Amino acid sequence: MSLVARHLEANGIPTVVIGSARDIVEHCGVPRFLFSDFPLGNPCGHPWQRDMQADIVGLALGLLETAEAPRTTHCSPYEWPNDPDWRQRYNRVTPEDRERLLAIGDARRVSRGQAPRWTEPIAAG
Amino acid sequence: MTDQAQAEPVRYMERTRRYYRALGYDNDYVWARFDEVPFARLGKPLREATIALITTAGPPGGTNRNSRGRKEVWSGAVASPPESYDTDLAWDKEATHVDDRETFLPIDAARRCAADGLIAGLTPRFHGAATDYSQRKTLEHDAPELLRRLREDGADGALITAL
Repeated sequence: MSLVARHLEANGIPTVVIGSARDIVEHCGVPRFLFSDFPLGNPCGHPWQRDMQADIVGLALGLLETAEAPRTTHCSPYEWPNDPDWRQRYNRVTPEDRERLLAIGDARRVSRGQAPRWTEPIAAG
Repeated sequence: MTDQAQAEPVRYMERTRRYYRALGYDNDYVWARFDEVPFARLGKPLREATIALITTAGPPGGTNRNSRGRKEVWSGAVASPPESYDTDLAWDKEATHVDDRETFLPIDAARRCAADGLIAGLTPRFHGAATDYSQRKTLEHDAPELLRRLREDGADGALITAL
């Protein structure tokens, strides 16, 4: 997404990105970015909230005209409703998840024709 | 009300590195990083500009996959967008859903902006930019193809939204 923005911009088409992964977008560097601090998947607003979505899109489009320099980031004023703990859950890793996550990794490797790395631990005794 | 610690944006690069190490992968993904950022100005007032929408979602049924299973750039009609999308991407499946297209491909919201006079309108087509593990594929193949399509559509600017 950020790479596409950069290519279009370098070829004369101004762009604005609406995204929720601020660190990744700013790490890459894009001309204009509206940061939407929502869970990945809904950068343009909470599902079915039409007024919020139009407002967020309008804020982003406005940056096409008002941004004066690359790496312009503005923040959406909206907070994700009714779930203050959502940020802590995405791809969380806890010690008790170790075997479950390694099994997920193996399933992924096998589905791609690669060798699994983990086998069931042998019971002691 | 959220406290300050909770309000910090999620550090997705760190979170993703830890997750894939836990899955058993040794080599961390290296995200693209550039010192220089290009910048182009609109050639006309925003209210006169025709805007193209670009999303990372795929078409229904994953029909943008080539014979090797790689996702290709795809396009759809703004006037008759698909009812469903290929949403097999890394989004937050615990916190939300992607049943509402407007949350990742805001056609109606952008049309409302046009009706309000913020922009002139949308290009007849929206476009799908496949996210790809290979930055080289994006840089050398997908991005130039999107540029070609936007020029073909007469886009003055682009709104890019990630699923």
